[in-house]
Amino acid sequence: MIEIKTPFTVQQADQLHAGDSVLFTGTLYTARDAAHARLCQALEEGRPLPFDLTDAVIYYVGPTPPRPGRVIGSAGPTTSYRMDAYSPALLDRGLRGMIGKGLRGREVIEAMRRNHAVYFGAVGGTGALIGRAIRTAEVIAYEDLGTEAIRRLTVEKLPLTVVIDTQGNNLYETGPQQYLEFAGQHFNQ
Amino acid sequence: MKELSAAQITAAVRELCIEANYHLPADVTDCLRSCRAKEQWPVAKEILGNILDNIAVAAEGDYPLCQDTGLACVFIRLGQEVHISDDLAAAVDEGVRQGYRDGYLRASAVADPLRRVNTGDNTPALLTVELTSGDQCEITVAPKGFGSENMGALKMLRPSDGREGVKRFVLETVKAAGPNPCPPIVVGVGVGGSFDKVALCAKKALLRPLGQHHPDPFWAQMEEELLEEINALGIGPQGFGGRTTALAVSIKTMPTHITALPVAVNINCHVSRHARRVL
Repeated sequence: MIEIKTPFTVQQADQLHAGDSVLFTGTLYTARDAAHARLCQALEEGRPLPFDLTDAVIYYVGPTPPRPGRVIGSAGPTTSYRMDAYSPALLDRGLRGMIGKGLRGREVIEAMRRNHAVYFGAVGGTGALIGRAIRTAEVIAYEDLGTEAIRRLTVEKLPLTVVIDTQGNNLYETGPQQYLEFAGQHFNQ
Repeated sequence: MKELSAAQITAAVRELCIEANYHLPADVTDCLRSCRAKEQWPVAKEILGNILDNIAVAAEGDYPLCQDTGLACVFIRLGQEVHISDDLAAAVDEGVRQGYRDGYLRASAVADPLRRVNTGDNTPALLTVELTSGDQCEITVAPKGFGSENMGALKMLRPSDGREGVKRFVLETVKAAGPNPCPPIVVGVGVGGSFDKVALCAKKALLRPLGQHHPDPFWAQMEEELLEEINALGIGPQGFGGRTTALAVSIKTMPTHITALPVAVNINCHVSRHARRVL
């Protein structure tokens, strides 16, 4: 198990390989469809962004509201491909990591290679477990978007899997392939 | 004639929304457990363990099973001898509003598909009412996450495409979805009817308890074959590889036109939520 602490630098990113399990500690920014649209609009219009993209990690999540005494509710990953249209522009401006679940498009993977960025997977459908691992949560922008607002989160030892590394290796291709080879050898499928 | 008040409907829907989002039904949990026992790929086994841990944490009542607490799909089987004292759809929406508020569930509904402003209270419900005989009112709330819903597909096949054509379409849809719908998935398949009815069949197929098959052995056999073929794709939990790509395939059929072979595939994630009550 590899431990990562933010800021998530190029050096840390380049050492990770698709399939690695990591424990992530530090700061994350949440953003989904609507927040991505606003971030990219701001970039196009030359306006400042609500947080510094350099070596930042964005988590694709729209949490449930916190119960009294909790910092956040359930907070698992949402499907990442919906952010594909926006991700290359953010990667080109320093975004180092993305956390979500599901496939990414070719242009995103090219932008990741070009900029030495990593795509992590969190386990979809385990929002209760993940919510419980979040230490602080604070809305920093676009509050009107509700669950889709940008939040700054601090997490401690959040378990993630490297899905696509800075070389473009992709666990969604290699994982099933390796399993099928194993299955072929062991149960003659 | 049995009288039911709008308030009774609202109270039931409110409670069912909360129950469904915190407590996964035993049939789904049991199936996940037995799939984990059979799974031989280490990463897959570990993820299935995470999923079972998540179910236990959610049941404590502080965090819903998933942050996508879904659109509230509400199915009502209404006996013809029941009279409801007020607007049924409004009573259901009020139950959803209260349930999502009081259960700290996420408001995920936008009022207009292009202008996309959140309604703020997760209404309206997606309500399906079916008239039946008798004097009972059976309410099922099945919150549906859209990571999986977005991976569904519908096709009007030709009758000559036959049994193999239906199977091919289901397999293609599951394969294309890959890791996106949070596998292991439950695959609801509608076959027959018309363009609209086949989609509803697929959605209703997802309400069937896991472990139960189509009553007709012809279709039950196809469910088993499809499950086996899907689990030979290697996608595995979360798409990281493994045997457990699907927990079950559930087919619902209906008569159709002489020219037609409609097929719809509605995918659900492993958080296959539903809660039911009879009034």
